[in-house]
Amino acid sequence: MSVQAAVDRLKAQFGEAVVAVSEFRGETTVVVKKDDIVAICSFLKKELGFNFLTDLCAVDYLGQAPRFMVVYQLYSIGAHQRLRIKAAVEEGDARIDTVSGVWATANWLERECYDLMGIVFNNHPDPRRILMPSDWVGHPLRKDYPVQGPDREPYQGRLQ
Amino acid sequence: MATFETMTINMGPQHPSTHGVLQLVLELDGEVVVKATPHIGFLHRGVEKLSEHRTYHQVLPLTDRLDYLAPMHNNLGYVLAVEKLFGLTDAIPERAQVVRVIMAELTRIKSHLVWLACHALDIGAMTVFLYCFRERETVMDFYEKISGARMTSNYFRVGGLSADLPAGIEQEIRKFAQEMPGHVETYEGLLTGNKIWQKRIQGVGVISAEDAIDLGVSGPSLRGSGVNWDLRRDQPYSGYENYDFEVAVGDGCDTWSRYHCRLKELRESCKIILQALDRLKPGPILADAPKVCLPPKKDVVNSIEGLIHHFKIISEGPKPEPGEVYVGVENPKGEVGYYLVSDGSPRPYRMKIRPASFINLQALPKMCEGSLIADVVAVIGTLDIVLGEIDR
Repeated sequence: MSVQAAVDRLKAQFGEAVVAVSEFRGETTVVVKKDDIVAICSFLKKELGFNFLTDLCAVDYLGQAPRFMVVYQLYSIGAHQRLRIKAAVEEGDARIDTVSGVWATANWLERECYDLMGIVFNNHPDPRRILMPSDWVGHPLRKDYPVQGPDREPYQGRLQ
Repeated sequence: MATFETMTINMGPQHPSTHGVLQLVLELDGEVVVKATPHIGFLHRGVEKLSEHRTYHQVLPLTDRLDYLAPMHNNLGYVLAVEKLFGLTDAIPERAQVVRVIMAELTRIKSHLVWLACHALDIGAMTVFLYCFRERETVMDFYEKISGARMTSNYFRVGGLSADLPAGIEQEIRKFAQEMPGHVETYEGLLTGNKIWQKRIQGVGVISAEDAIDLGVSGPSLRGSGVNWDLRRDQPYSGYENYDFEVAVGDGCDTWSRYHCRLKELRESCKIILQALDRLKPGPILADAPKVCLPPKKDVVNSIEGLIHHFKIISEGPKPEPGEVYVGVENPKGEVGYYLVSDGSPRPYRMKIRPASFINLQALPKMCEGSLIADVVAVIGTLDIVLGEIDR
């Protein structure tokens, strides 16, 4: 099954929940509603063969609404195809359901996403930080988190 | 009724067989591991955050420092992703592609040699460590002659290579690739028939193909469970479709099977290097895209166009169109991928690294729970993790 056929089946199955489909440099991205993420991911895995969750992360579009995009990079071992699924998450309600029940890989990837971006994954089996210390305050990959750290003056450059 | 109590012990982060700063909290029932909990992040340097504040060219040296045992592979994945973002994928000259393949496979040999050396050393076979590091030193010399550095190579560039190969290195690499299979035989002679080695790794760290795919395990760790998947063959990049090689697959699902997979990969890498050397023809090493690729130094000092392009690229940085790409390459440890989001500015809006070791490590509890504490060391060795990549 081609990626296009997979996207068509996804649209036929979930209709309204598929918000947008785009293509860039030969890669297909599907934006879906976050409420149906677990059902959509289960369908992609069981019916469409995307059995391998390559990666999971979030992107912070500070200043836009909704602020966050949670990104799932899928791969099909067998058909050797890639598909990217994205779900928008609002700043005021930065939560999305966990897909660790669909792919066990998601466990640590979602922990990392929570740790660095502050997205809460509902029903996650082990919702701890993973890279930063457990008592860390803030989520470093957010765009409003300063690169030099929260407690230091911004770097002014060598000329000043 | 007797009550059983488990004992919790701490392994690492300062432990010689955790291959860096990995901490494992082990819950033991006698000598049997009931629960293993990895703690990571001791080496977190915020590479993804830092990359958002650098131009696309300036991010490249950061990628060396992820998997420092296979730096050129990290560079390769990154430059491929940037090239895809700029639409340069088809513009890379043939010579640059072939040199990239040669360096990538030398890197695979180098990385696998460290794996074998440390894996054997952890289990108690010290001799093979010394042999492996002897051959690794040869590859390090190639690295030094070609890129100027032993580990932080930073040799590839967006659009091609930073410099051409030095004179005479091709014969040296050919000689090495011809001799290397003989060395692999030596390692096998030291280990494969060795009863202690067999007892320590056969049936240890078992993971089924379904579990491995579910946990996202990739690379030789997955192929050792019988999954015939290699990105070099199945989603070829850098012209890998032109080379004739076999994908090493084992069906034992255990450490023994993964050991054989990696040894076979060492031999296959030598085959690819020899084929690549035959394909190597003189030609340009940088794509003809002066607004994106850093010009060679002689153009910078001799032509006004070169000087202007150099100035623009260094002071401002090339701007891709808004979009997002993901490129995954077959690292010695598994699939390493780069997800780049561009907003049209000269810096990546977001860069996410898909670290092979991070995701492979997640399978560790599954592989060692229920087995003996001594096997944990074998499982860490067989997963071939590197903490620089896990913690980023």
